[in-house]
Amino acid sequence: MRSSVIIFPGSNCDRDMDVALKKFGFKNQMVWHNDQSIPKSDLIVLPGGFSYGDYLRCGSIASKSKIIKSVINFANSGGLVLGICNGFQILTETGLLKGILQQNKFLNFICSNVFVKVKDKQNKYFKDLKKDVLELHIAHNEGNYFCSNDELKSLEDNNQIAVTYCGEDGTENETTNPNGAIKNIAGIFNNNKNVLGMMPHPERMIDKYLSGEDGSLFFKNILDNFK
Amino acid sequence: MEVTEAVAIDHGLKKEEFSKICELMKRTPNLTELAIFSAMWNEHCSYKSSRKHLKKMHTKGKQVIQGPGENAGVIDIGGDDAIVFKIESHNHPSFIEPYQGAATGVGGIMRDVFTMGARPIANLNSIHFGSPQHKKTRNLLRGVVKGIGGYGNCIGVPTIAGQTTFDESYNGNILVNAMTLGLVNKNKIFYSKAAGLDKPVIYVGSKTGRDGIHGASMASATFDDKIEEKKPTVQVGDPFTEKLLLEACLELMADKSIIAIQDMGAAGLTSSSVEMASKGNLGIELNLSEVPCREEKMTPYEIMLSESQERMLIVLEKGKEEHAKKIFDKWNLDFAVIGKTTNSKKIELIFDNKKVAEIPIDLLAENAPVYDRPWKKTKLPQKLKFNKDEFKSLKLSNCLKKILSNSNISDKKWIWDQYDHTVMGDTIQKPGGDAGVVRVHGTDKAVAASVDSSALYCFSHPLTGGKQIVCESYRNLISVGAKPIAITNCLNFGNPEKEKNMGEFVECVEGITEASKYLDFPVVSGNVSFYNETKDKGIKPTPTIGGVGLISDYQQMLTMDFKTEGNLVYVIGKTDGHLDQSIFARELLNEKKGPPPTVNLFNEKNIGETLLDLSRKNLIVSCHDVSLGGILTAVSKMCIKGKKGIKINSLKGLTNKYEYFFGEDQARYIVEIPRASLKKVIEILNKYSVHFDDLGIIDGNSIKYNDDINLPIEELADAHKYWLKKYMDS
Repeated sequence: MRSSVIIFPGSNCDRDMDVALKKFGFKNQMVWHNDQSIPKSDLIVLPGGFSYGDYLRCGSIASKSKIIKSVINFANSGGLVLGICNGFQILTETGLLKGILQQNKFLNFICSNVFVKVKDKQNKYFKDLKKDVLELHIAHNEGNYFCSNDELKSLEDNNQIAVTYCGEDGTENETTNPNGAIKNIAGIFNNNKNVLGMMPHPERMIDKYLSGEDGSLFFKNILDNFK
Repeated sequence: MEVTEAVAIDHGLKKEEFSKICELMKRTPNLTELAIFSAMWNEHCSYKSSRKHLKKMHTKGKQVIQGPGENAGVIDIGGDDAIVFKIESHNHPSFIEPYQGAATGVGGIMRDVFTMGARPIANLNSIHFGSPQHKKTRNLLRGVVKGIGGYGNCIGVPTIAGQTTFDESYNGNILVNAMTLGLVNKNKIFYSKAAGLDKPVIYVGSKTGRDGIHGASMASATFDDKIEEKKPTVQVGDPFTEKLLLEACLELMADKSIIAIQDMGAAGLTSSSVEMASKGNLGIELNLSEVPCREEKMTPYEIMLSESQERMLIVLEKGKEEHAKKIFDKWNLDFAVIGKTTNSKKIELIFDNKKVAEIPIDLLAENAPVYDRPWKKTKLPQKLKFNKDEFKSLKLSNCLKKILSNSNISDKKWIWDQYDHTVMGDTIQKPGGDAGVVRVHGTDKAVAASVDSSALYCFSHPLTGGKQIVCESYRNLISVGAKPIAITNCLNFGNPEKEKNMGEFVECVEGITEASKYLDFPVVSGNVSFYNETKDKGIKPTPTIGGVGLISDYQQMLTMDFKTEGNLVYVIGKTDGHLDQSIFARELLNEKKGPPPTVNLFNEKNIGETLLDLSRKNLIVSCHDVSLGGILTAVSKMCIKGKKGIKINSLKGLTNKYEYFFGEDQARYIVEIPRASLKKVIEILNKYSVHFDDLGIIDGNSIKYNDDINLPIEELADAHKYWLKKYMDS
């Protein structure tokens, strides 16, 4: 499976993503934000970081960058686009995904392991995933997902909520919500479920010496579904 | 403006220093020249009070590639890999403006490391605040933590360990010490020594603004009531630009275009250009009209003194200008050829086609004043005679809870949750352990790092305190299974013009030197921060040691959390029950006198090496050094982290339980031993003649000791984990 990771100035999880993708057998390439086009890919990843410094709303400048038109075209033609953390923020700014990511409820950056519940498996990311709850890792200051009531309703009606923050046993409530996100939302799909944005970092959870290994399941599952 | 003695004094120079300048120059300097002298001759840049004593430090070792004197120290960790590291203070600016002060401290130390060609792989910090009751403490802490996080998180370098303490002596002067480790190919290290004539001098990075002017002078003076007026001397950080600068510099460093490179830190363009020329025994000519400026009509004086962040000065091979410019253009950074190296051995500044300053380099560097300041020895305080009958009214379990929730012992998760500690995907030991550990990317190796200081011990007896921190750092590395290699130090002290403070400095340095020599744990980099004093009140002497060690196979790393029920828990090293200067004495007896625990370097080394032997042979499964709060505190942390209890054996004979459990004797560790390994462990301990006590067995969910203690781990965890969060929320 061929993948491309887009590097924006200020991206800082690009290498981690590259390492993770290659570890599980993706043929990955790095693409610079000023490039006109993206090499032939089956998956495009927008990595975490602080694109263009994020001194304006997070992801807003990246959503106007040169490369982003190719990403949007790719998504609209049904290609898989994955945005992690800052990548999720960028996807909401491009309009590929609904809603916005606000500053965390308690106004602090949070770096911590979290559990997320997989809410929908009818998609190329989570189909046939063996687990329902994954232990992943978050590191963000603006991960508090918010959208209008109408948008929320349509997300729910179309099963576009991908993952929600929960406890180890899958409980979703205020105490298992690290950042105040509406309905504990940690990640969502677009209408066709080929575009996934999520705050947690699977690429930081890919061997037992790191914070955990559930990220491995996530990447392997994408590959398995592609075969 | 006419330069007079009064103007010189306004620039932080002493009367005698000004006459010396006039004498050396054989004329009165103009204002720009005076500014350059003041920037180079202040304490922060010239080390004029400390130089004499720093020379004695132990700085050499088999694995040392570069000792003090460069942007950072470098050690060999095998293969082509080397680690570049250094710690630096940003105390004065952080008190004036905590967010920017701390942020630019982190930015500055990272630049020191990547200037040498290394990619930063880990950040650490040691931060010290006034009493929790002091009205400024909470906001200063919040601002500093946000600043450190704001900068490090954005760059994408994990913050893997740190230290936070509270003490009333920091009420008017907080300490913010930041440390960075970088990884470099040892054949591709870059230095700051210029070489060759007529080579282009390049300015890259951010534009120069009016921020941070006089920053280095400000950091070389004490504080008074007018501290608010000093805000403009604090620099403003832009981590995004630093990230670009990092990537651009590393890209340019991939080939051989750079002759010398130096970041513009304290005293900005002045010190970077003078240092490069001085090290290369050359002259340098700069055309200040070419310097990219953020604001209009900046004068040569302002350009030379600005401490705007995220800037680098590079001496380039001739003909490589276009190649270099392309890289900096790609990263959207300013690039300007602003001068050249010359054979004049002078710094010559041109502005608007006129020469505006001309100073022989040696007057600024080698001829800078060096002081042999008078100092006073601190006598070893008399050992206290505690009334042990008085202890009996204290319930052991209450003492333990009180100590675990003490501001200096309690869990600092509230802080490190705000630092990205997992980015780069190689953090295998997070903050909260004895040391942070990151893998050397793509290898089996891992590097451990820890920051330590013991102001209370250093205040009581600087010589012992100096030794003790080096040992503490050594132990923290051993505890995670790392072989200690080298240290960096940040020497935070009061006013060196006072004999007592100067004495504290001299004796702490002596202690550090003695221990680092004995333990073969050389000092490879560091900085000195004097004048941590407000309205005549100075801080307790706080030398901070940043230790770095190597784990050759990261699978052998140790952590402190108890692993398996039924395993045995041993105390390695002898306990005499030293309570003077302990947390127990302070918190429960309100007793602040007495000497710190004695440091026995033979024991430290022997026990440390024994422990390493045990961990290399996979005979122990968890390890934690015993420090503040003694054995019971250490064991509690291991229980809390592992969510497991312990049944502690009855103490033998006449041992006083308070002394045994809370004494702060040095050279001790607690280890967890699987039963199957016990025989071998004891054999090895006996072989090295190391004392050990059979403390107990991992069992259940509480800490139990005879009828005295029966505390559920959850209750202990509550006492330990939430003090800081509650404090910050209140």
